[in-house]
Amino acid sequence: MASDTTMAQPGTLAAPAAAFIAPAGYWKLVRRRLLRDKTTLFVTAMLVAIVFISLAAPWVTSYDPYQGSIMLRLKPIGTPGHWLGTDETGRDIWTRLCYGGRLSLLAGVVPVAVSLVVGSFLGIVAGFVGGRIGTLIMRTMDVFYAFPSILLAVAICGLLGNGLTNSIIALAVVFIPPMVRIAETVTAQTRQLDFVEAARAGGTSTMQIIRHHILSNVLGTILVYATSLISLSIILSAGLSFLGLGVTPPQAEWGLMLNSLRQAIYVQPYVAALPGLLIFVTSMCFNLMSDGLRGAMDVRLNR
Amino acid sequence: MLDAANTVAAMEVRDLTVRFRTDEADVAAVNGISFALAPGETLTILGESGSGKSVSLKALMGLLPRQATITGKVLLKGTEILSLPPSQLAKLRGGAVSMIFQEPMAALDPVYTIGEQIAETVVQHEGVSHRAAMKRALEMMEHVRIPSAARRLKNYPHEMSGGMRQRAMIALALACSPSVLLADEPTTALDVTVQIQILLLLRQLQEEMGMAVVFVTHDVGVAAEISDRVAVMYAGRFVETGSARDVLRSARHPYTAGLLSSTVQGVMRGKVLETIPGSPPSLAHLPPGCAFAPRCSHVAPVCVQSQPPVLVPHPGAMVRCIQDKPLHLPV
Repeated sequence: MASDTTMAQPGTLAAPAAAFIAPAGYWKLVRRRLLRDKTTLFVTAMLVAIVFISLAAPWVTSYDPYQGSIMLRLKPIGTPGHWLGTDETGRDIWTRLCYGGRLSLLAGVVPVAVSLVVGSFLGIVAGFVGGRIGTLIMRTMDVFYAFPSILLAVAICGLLGNGLTNSIIALAVVFIPPMVRIAETVTAQTRQLDFVEAARAGGTSTMQIIRHHILSNVLGTILVYATSLISLSIILSAGLSFLGLGVTPPQAEWGLMLNSLRQAIYVQPYVAALPGLLIFVTSMCFNLMSDGLRGAMDVRLNR
Repeated sequence: MLDAANTVAAMEVRDLTVRFRTDEADVAAVNGISFALAPGETLTILGESGSGKSVSLKALMGLLPRQATITGKVLLKGTEILSLPPSQLAKLRGGAVSMIFQEPMAALDPVYTIGEQIAETVVQHEGVSHRAAMKRALEMMEHVRIPSAARRLKNYPHEMSGGMRQRAMIALALACSPSVLLADEPTTALDVTVQIQILLLLRQLQEEMGMAVVFVTHDVGVAAEISDRVAVMYAGRFVETGSARDVLRSARHPYTAGLLSSTVQGVMRGKVLETIPGSPPSLAHLPPGCAFAPRCSHVAPVCVQSQPPVLVPHPGAMVRCIQDKPLHLPV
């Protein structure tokens, strides 16, 4: 038969290719790719360390974050007993940074998580259903888009009053429109691909198509975008605290610490810069991690 | 029309029309096609781009968007399916009627392995466990002669070659043993050597499983290879039908003759290929007479005024023209 001769070819061709491919489960594949990516591994380790130290704050320091000593105000880095120095009321900076990480990370992650759930739901509905419902959702989002993000956050915070919860709400509202837009675009693109029609031709119901085919193709992009938003969220919430709209003193939060140490910038410039440095490093790590995740999670990229 | 007489047809289509109505235009994509397919038979719908081939196939599956108005009847083993509620129609799709697509890379979900995609369809239609469905997927992969099927099952579409992907697509389509397979130019995106492999495979599988196949193509060579019967489509109508041998050897309709003489096969080097002058009519503004008349070399005054008659040169054949004698082919 002709098929016998034709079969020999793909068979022999498949052998070397298969050694290279070594099929595995999806998460195994992702893990293998991540393990090869040194940058992503490094920043992820950094983030894990930051999160761990923040959570374990009472155990990594013996000082009280709210109790300062008037005798020990604004000590420089390297002071015995206060190796990162003290702030303007004599509180240990290391302790404050550890405790501050809790609120800063919370304010960074929670708004993104909320906007991820709400935004991708609205976006997928808008992108898949389209028509009037889609237009309604997208035009509503455009109204929010008209304001610069920080201005919108400030306005909402001003409206709700200050405090951590309100700043989280404000940031979630700020992040929902871009999240919806991303989800809508990717969904609309995915919806018109052949495999969605092929799934329909295979008897798949609309709900199942959304759950199985749309979500799995869209979620990667949305998740990566969300991780990149975390860094922005940390910066914005720090900014809100800096302006006095977010966390209130004497609570420890990086943005707020930056604000209060600002006055000491000529006395102890290095100490004053520490919270800012942490904000920078943490958001940088989240950004690089999201880059790495994007590469590792896209099965279409052959790496 | 085509001989529908004897047993219950695997699929029968009666006077199917599809119109797309928008604010700007009223597009008559399919204008009354009818055919009947016996189990194990292959009908090829042959025509150029925009003749309504793919729209017809999608109409058979109920896959057209809501703007489309479909009339006529599609009977699957005697049951009318176009009037079925959506949920029941969905059950038929991928079960009793299945479809393979032109571009397997696009028609397979890039983020699931081949095995998962086949299993998904099986679970949906037969309600078996995932484990059993994976077993079926493996059987199907072996069935379509994919080498080292067990390993290939865990491959993503992008990890496979074009021919392999189309085999996987076929495995997916046949996983629930459909009685009718609709193939929308499944070999167009493949190179010629792979094309013939896929065609041979389809023929073999068809013999083994006894399903009827509606094969859509614009490639005369492919049509000659795969079909029992051929229906030549032009401007949403079948202009000529009959056995593959009959239609491709002794074309009666000037359009069929034009298609045949404009293909490269069998033409001597140095000879200028004959082409059909002009281009297909806009489906939004079909002429009152024969749609092919403006391009026809045999045109008569009557052709532009009214629809040509449907002539039956011999049983099982049909030609929509003012004459039904085989035309002299230039080759």
